[in-house]
Amino acid sequence: MIRDITLGQFYPGESVIHRLDARVKIIATLLFIVELFIVDNFIGFVLAAGALGSVILLSKVPFSYIVRGLKPIILILCFTFALNMFMIDGTVLVRLGFLKITKEGLRMAVFMAVRLILLLLGSSMLTLCTQPLSLTDGIERLLAPMKKIGVPAHEIAMMMTIALRFIPTLLEETDKIMKAQQARGADFESGNLIQRAKSLVPILVPLFVSAFRIAQDLAMAMEARCYRGGDHRTRLHELKLKKRDFAAILLLAGFLALIIAESILL
Amino acid sequence: MSIQVRNLTHIYEPGMPTESVALEDVSFEINDGELVGVIGHTGSGKSTLLQHLNGLLKPTSGQIVVGGKDITAPGVSMVEIRRRIGLVFQYPEYQLFEETVAKDVAFGPKNLGLSEAEIEERVKESLELVGLDYETIAERSPFELSGGQKRRVAIAGVIAMRPEVLILDEPTAGLDPKAHKDVLAMVEEVHRRTGNITILVSHNMADIARLSDKIIVIDSGRLVTVGTPKEVFGQRQRLEEVGLALPPVTQFTETLRDRGFSLSETILSAEQAAEEIFQYLKGTSEND
Repeated sequence: MIRDITLGQFYPGESVIHRLDARVKIIATLLFIVELFIVDNFIGFVLAAGALGSVILLSKVPFSYIVRGLKPIILILCFTFALNMFMIDGTVLVRLGFLKITKEGLRMAVFMAVRLILLLLGSSMLTLCTQPLSLTDGIERLLAPMKKIGVPAHEIAMMMTIALRFIPTLLEETDKIMKAQQARGADFESGNLIQRAKSLVPILVPLFVSAFRIAQDLAMAMEARCYRGGDHRTRLHELKLKKRDFAAILLLAGFLALIIAESILL
Repeated sequence: MSIQVRNLTHIYEPGMPTESVALEDVSFEINDGELVGVIGHTGSGKSTLLQHLNGLLKPTSGQIVVGGKDITAPGVSMVEIRRRIGLVFQYPEYQLFEETVAKDVAFGPKNLGLSEAEIEERVKESLELVGLDYETIAERSPFELSGGQKRRVAIAGVIAMRPEVLILDEPTAGLDPKAHKDVLAMVEEVHRRTGNITILVSHNMADIARLSDKIIVIDSGRLVTVGTPKEVFGQRQRLEEVGLALPPVTQFTETLRDRGFSLSETILSAEQAAEEIFQYLKGTSEND
């Protein structure tokens, strides 16, 4: 049911990719995304797909599991594909009534679809192979220089950590409340749109109350342990670049050089 | 009305790597008018079992027959099952959501499609049954009540559906001693007044020993034993094996028996214990 959401989930593993420093992975992902948006030919995509493919192989995450993450964007994918295919002018290939498919349109449609798929697969590799905690740690460290201009790096990271931590808790809570209201004869499946929206009230009100209660308990527990923000806070697990991280950075630089060379030469 | 559970098995997420057997081949019978206690420690499958009884979970295999009707058969009306079998979850006060107590209690009856007049009558009746004064509490917000009151309101919300079987999952969890006593007295009173089947889950062995006509013991999804309090608490070793204790009184008298006091087996009440110990001491002093 609601538990089937795989987007943004972590896939436990011990691979090289899993063990890389979160900062390296975040930067690599950002570069990968930028790359997808600057390339303007298919060779660039082939390079990107190759790089992504080798990361997936190294990570040992089953490919079918990764692809499942594409499900939620299938609709968007089809929509952009159709839009590009029909709306761009150029040499006409097929004519279907008032619609026409052009050579340029078709090329653009495939281009955008490939870009979207690579984008989603690439960014889901980051969350699949990085524990949420190290991910937020990495973000905090990367944002640290921005503190000088007033970006609350630690607070942002802490909020993200807490939000991620409570997704399963709130799902469980929702499940419990739904069952309890069903036991009182509530019906969530039938009726028109308004009736269905109304039937959500008995779930949402207790859920909000629970969320506030949980938040309050958490705040109290944090204060009891003397939490007072990021200043002077030390960590149990310091992020430290290791040999494999430097190797990854070298590979990344190589990949970047390849992309630049490719876009200049072709 | 009676309940028969036959070879009930439930597997969570079958075929997935996270597959787990929650209940395995559980069979028992509950007769009309019985108050049944269910014990077993956390994660033993008690809650899973209760959720089967009112159709919230479907068994992987096995049958549940309530009042001669198989509720696990395909095409059974869920509304009908939930009207007949009321389930009060753990910490039921977290399900309150309406603006007033009366409206919240009316939620169940409303879902049954009853008339306004009938609903109001039931709300009054059930609030009274749980020991709350309708006049003073009906128009208050459920969120401003005390913990014990909230719980009573939540229980009233299920009672208002007039279920033929009332199931309560740890109704006293997290309450202070007074509220604990009050809620149990209320359960007893409701059971006595309606004469229906009541099923009660608790970790408090003294409560279970005192209230139950029949006790069901569950461990790791399997039925350990079913019987009267005397039969069940007579199996001290078996209970200890599954991590359960005897009621404090029984523990005390059994220890005395181990030390050579000649008392009768499995004493379940303080009164009986006092009487027997008195008789024993009198006997030994007369022999001196």
